[in-house]
Amino acid sequence: MSAFTTITSELVLLPTDDIDTDQIIPARFLKITDKNGLGEQLFANWRYQEDGSEHAGFVLNQPAMQGRKVLVAGDNFGCGSSREHAPWALMAWGFRVVISTSFADIFRSNSLKNGLLLVEIDADEHRKLLEAAGTNPALAITVDLAAQELQLPNGTSIAFPMDAFAKRCLMEGMDQLAYLLHHDEAITRHEQKR
Amino acid sequence: MAARTLFDKVWDAHLVAQEEGCPAVLYIDLHLIHEVTSPQAFSVLRERGLRVRRPDLTVATMDHLTSTKPQSLAVVESNAQNLLDTLRRNCLEHDIQLHAQYSGKDGIVHVIGPELGLTQPGKTIVCGDSHTATHGAFGALAFGIGTSEVGHVLATQCLLQDRPKTMQVVLDGSPGPGVSAKDMILALCAKLGIGGATGHSIEYTGSAIAALSMDERMTICNMSIEVGARSGMIAPDKVTFDYLRGRPGVPQGAAYEQAVATWSQLVSDEGAHYDATVHLDVSSLEPMLTFGTNPGMGIGVSEKIPNPSAAKSSHERDALSKALAYMGLEGGAALAGHPIDVVFIGSCTNSRMQDLRDAARVLKDRKVHAGTRVLIVPGSSAIKEEAEREGLDKIFLEAGAEWRNPGCSMCIAMNGDKLEPGQYAVSTSNRNFEGRQGQGSRTFLASPLSAAAAAVTGTVCDVRTLLAQKAP
Repeated sequence: MSAFTTITSELVLLPTDDIDTDQIIPARFLKITDKNGLGEQLFANWRYQEDGSEHAGFVLNQPAMQGRKVLVAGDNFGCGSSREHAPWALMAWGFRVVISTSFADIFRSNSLKNGLLLVEIDADEHRKLLEAAGTNPALAITVDLAAQELQLPNGTSIAFPMDAFAKRCLMEGMDQLAYLLHHDEAITRHEQKR
Repeated sequence: MAARTLFDKVWDAHLVAQEEGCPAVLYIDLHLIHEVTSPQAFSVLRERGLRVRRPDLTVATMDHLTSTKPQSLAVVESNAQNLLDTLRRNCLEHDIQLHAQYSGKDGIVHVIGPELGLTQPGKTIVCGDSHTATHGAFGALAFGIGTSEVGHVLATQCLLQDRPKTMQVVLDGSPGPGVSAKDMILALCAKLGIGGATGHSIEYTGSAIAALSMDERMTICNMSIEVGARSGMIAPDKVTFDYLRGRPGVPQGAAYEQAVATWSQLVSDEGAHYDATVHLDVSSLEPMLTFGTNPGMGIGVSEKIPNPSAAKSSHERDALSKALAYMGLEGGAALAGHPIDVVFIGSCTNSRMQDLRDAARVLKDRKVHAGTRVLIVPGSSAIKEEAEREGLDKIFLEAGAEWRNPGCSMCIAMNGDKLEPGQYAVSTSNRNFEGRQGQGSRTFLASPLSAAAAAVTGTVCDVRTLLAQKAP
């Protein structure tokens, strides 16, 4: 996992609440033994018609959205299935950050393992950010993980909370499996007294 | 020692390490794996030269991609077959017990765990599947994990976990006729909403829970994730111990009595603290159905579909409007009487003996409505055999339903069983998300009783009417 550095990007707005992982990546695309090709299938049911052609109106299909790295989604993003294919698909498309008012637990855990930064802000800040980006579709923000801030071009910033361990994992690109393997002796002791 | 909840007791007993500012290292007693969410985890082990630490605590089955057609007809597409073959190879390479399709012990991962007695009170149980909370019905701490975490457990038998908050859900009262465990959990989903328990581990308590069988308790715990909870537990009692007695993975004889004595300690202490408490009186419930595109969008069968114009907030109005547009429904209209194309009775939520007996109660001496397709999919090979010994298969076949082989089937729609675009189904599964049962599919979640009633009438209907009548 690569370390998260500060990112500046324009925003992709998808402010629907309760977007579940079946929408992020439908089950029919989970028949893979690797992580490849999922960017093409991200939000497939909203992005493509049944004949495979694109829904012109869907946000990811708009030419201006290509290359953007920050998704602003509605409340309770990533609910439902535990499929890690959801963060894999978001990252394969190019997203590095998702901003919402809340995230589902398993999706949060899966995102952290892959270096996808989830930024939780309160409903008022979320609404203001959507309004600002609605007025200026080319609005670019800087996501500064070290400072735990979203910085807007007008000089204002929105602070966001971050679990200390999660921050360390993201900033250092820390591998959680290595952390666990480091506890080998304690695990063995636990097994002996089971 | 301070009063502790059931959750606290199980968590504390599995704490391997807890460094300051870091999540807990939690030991896992049972790791269930299946074909869809494990291949990339085994790849990580291979890349890093690691072995599975405890193959003896790891059990595999095939369920998501397996065909439920009769054996002679069962063919899956090549990429699905590749995943099934990959699981077989990974289990061979790492000496993991695999209950493969047609082995007789196969079935949906959350059905076979309890059936084989692998699921026991006080265990920590994980699986790369969000419905793992099912096993919490036995007083286990059970939760779904992602594929990276599957790799962590394979390599270390541990997980990094932040301690969730606790929520007590008290279900009191006695359900009326035609109201089952599924209706209770759908009512809870409607009350809390799809994210209402995010960050929490639920403990279900109360007289209505105590009165439920294990099959029913599993239905309740299964859908804990549909309110966003990490896990859902029920303290083990005599019902639990009787279910487990004599099962293959359970200690026998004196060891069983000793195990029961230990398991009996797994109850929340008097005065134990929960971070939140929710009450639901099940006496006033009627059969529940969902009308929308998440499990929280549910109503009683006699209620009208909510009107977006009456929504309390713009968020709620937008969500309702979007859901009703997808479902092709009108706010303010009745849901009962709405025509349907398919009935699906199955899934890790409702594919056990009691579910099948409920369906048979309604379908006996009745016929499936002309033009309605009805799939009845047992949760495991063992359940299929038991149902056939009871003659339930004959009741289903005589009614005009399809009696299938075990598997996840039309709940996940990645195995050949799916709805066509625009079709409506009454389904006993757990999710009515857009496209969940096939691209463009429209799902009404309900109990096996309600689903069987819909099979007879070809519409969403009130099962209590049929239960009150003698079959024609």
